[in-house]
Amino acid sequence: MTDEKETGPRAAAREARERWESETLGKTLARFPEREQRFETMSGLERGRLYAPDDLEASGHDYLRDEGFPGEFPYTRGIQPTMFRGRLWTMRQYAGFGSAAETNRRFRYLLEQGQTGLSVAFDLPTQIGYDSDDPLAAGEVGKVGVAIDSLADLEVLFDGIPLADVSTSMTINSPAAVLLAMYAVLAEKQGAPLDKLSGTVQNDILKEYVARGTYIFPPAPSMRLVTDLFAYCAERLPAWNSISISGYHIREAGSTAVQEVAFTLANGVAYVKAAMEAGLDIDAFGPRLSFFFNSHIDFLEEVAKFRAARRLWARLMRDRFGAKDPRSWMLRFHTQTAGSSLTAQQPLNNVVRTTLEALAAVLGGTQSLHTNSYDEALSLPTEEAVRVALRTQQIIGHESGVADTVDPLGGSYLIESLTDRIEAGALRYIEEIDRLGGAVAAIEKGFIQREIEDSAYRHQRLVEEGKRTVVGVNAYEITGEKLPSLLEVDQEVGRRQRELLAGVKSRRDQVAVRARLDALRGAATSPGEPLMPRIVEAVREYATLGEICGVLREVFGEYTPSVGL
Amino acid sequence: MDDKLGKGTSLDGLPRSRPIRVLVAKPGLDGHDRGAKVVARALRDAGMEVIYTGLRQTPELIAEAALDEDVDVVGLSSLSGAHRALFPRVVEELRRRGLDDVVVIGGGIIPAGDVPALLEAGVAAIFGPGSSTSAIAEFVRKAVPTSSGGQ
Repeated sequence: MTDEKETGPRAAAREARERWESETLGKTLARFPEREQRFETMSGLERGRLYAPDDLEASGHDYLRDEGFPGEFPYTRGIQPTMFRGRLWTMRQYAGFGSAAETNRRFRYLLEQGQTGLSVAFDLPTQIGYDSDDPLAAGEVGKVGVAIDSLADLEVLFDGIPLADVSTSMTINSPAAVLLAMYAVLAEKQGAPLDKLSGTVQNDILKEYVARGTYIFPPAPSMRLVTDLFAYCAERLPAWNSISISGYHIREAGSTAVQEVAFTLANGVAYVKAAMEAGLDIDAFGPRLSFFFNSHIDFLEEVAKFRAARRLWARLMRDRFGAKDPRSWMLRFHTQTAGSSLTAQQPLNNVVRTTLEALAAVLGGTQSLHTNSYDEALSLPTEEAVRVALRTQQIIGHESGVADTVDPLGGSYLIESLTDRIEAGALRYIEEIDRLGGAVAAIEKGFIQREIEDSAYRHQRLVEEGKRTVVGVNAYEITGEKLPSLLEVDQEVGRRQRELLAGVKSRRDQVAVRARLDALRGAATSPGEPLMPRIVEAVREYATLGEICGVLREVFGEYTPSVGL
Repeated sequence: MDDKLGKGTSLDGLPRSRPIRVLVAKPGLDGHDRGAKVVARALRDAGMEVIYTGLRQTPELIAEAALDEDVDVVGLSSLSGAHRALFPRVVEELRRRGLDDVVVIGGGIIPAGDVPALLEAGVAAIFGPGSSTSAIAEFVRKAVPTSSGGQ
């Protein structure tokens, strides 16, 4: 096909490149060999020496089909026509530790510092559906987030913060329905209209099985809870994101960028199918699906990754599932910089890492962003470290100028080539997962877990063999460094939280609590019966998270993973 | 009788011939298991026999598993801040079962200020972020007695 002699500007460009390679490049390579035989991205994709128009031509890249214009299918260049020229991304720092009162103080501090949305970190007992007085909660209360046992704690958490005026993201999965119910009841008490409430519950159980570990129930009832929440939001909370399909933790667990896109979107496919099977209309819930990605240290690969994810999701939703509403095609996402890229050694270097990662997220068109604090490989962040992290976003947004042009790296030969390759790689994985029977089956077979573990181990080997440099860890080390002062979480928080819980339990109407929990049990044992309304009624009477999850545990059972290495 | 000889010694008093056995465990509710799995795999590649408990283990369950599996080393991983409460309890539970010479090591997000108390409680070493798995393997080899002369 290339036998025929081509003429015109394309052929001229190719000829010019061949001439450059043989003359100019050839001479230099003969005298100065390059640093590596093969350069690779963090994901193992080949990073070529130079990208030029003929690279895109060779792969069949088509501007209108593959990039298009921002605000239009396939959204490669962004979901809005003006992107950050209209409004900067939402600066949303994930925060929570100790008691509701302590976290409330950190929230107010962040809002005073110019943060534009809240993000709640819950402690592990809350995330796994145990009250603070459960024996399994020993040593964990208030440690990695705030402890929430009942509506009473949520009232303190948002004291002085009008829910009508903030958007709130809650990192909660198995008990997402319980926390969303508490939030809705609190909003009612504040007089905030439910249809105006804005925010997100993570509600993404599938990645808990493969990467994050806060599962409670087996997959089938878990998927019922997920789609039940979709239905409730479609009806009552139309501005609420009913799920945040998360690649962040998959990446933190060690996946590559391609795997992050692939496994996240494969989980997305599973939720869409489950909701459609539950009788929901794709365009009723599709626009409320949101995503959450990691921004890692391989800068250009990350920019391309976000663009590839956006395009692939648009194609899946329109072409595979037949969604008609353009809002169902748009992949809206939150980004967090990579916790696993931070080093405990020379922690101030982490400010630089986080800056690069945040910049990649902005250039990739994120809707909201959390920047990690430099001390997070050591402990939960101090107020000072959190402020620097937030300032990093503000400097990118207001000083660097990168937010003033839509998709400023679009059209870069390298970025477009990487975007195409990441999309193709992710699609191959999704097809393989389809052959295994979908994401749930692939998780049950351990396929996704093994793929992630292999990538994590490969990365570790490369670092230990010195083939991947981590500054301060396997190169440029110093000895006797002075470590920064760290945040101390009050060790008494567990005891105080148990006292608060005992107080709530002694003041509430016990008969009403029993009745509401029995009604929930009844609904849970009837397949297809909605659960959210029963949960809302229970939290209103100050039934605790542990009691509600306890009822569901009785009915649904608990997930036990098969452990293999 | 057997435990008096120590795990490093076979009954005839000659140096051990079996590989070092390691239990890698996740105490508490923390779900971050990337580090635990990478270390487990690296120790296995270094010739040791490794058992991984999976998530959400209580100190009692870990000690029982250590007893059942007859291990020389227990490696604990926690990134949730529960190490202060849980690591010492694992040591206690091991000792209560007479596993006095099982070496306990730990890793995860563990502030330097917490390390002395953990060592005091009987943890032999803490390996924080950035530790190399070869350093961990080397520590384990030195810490587990390999001949009767070591007793």
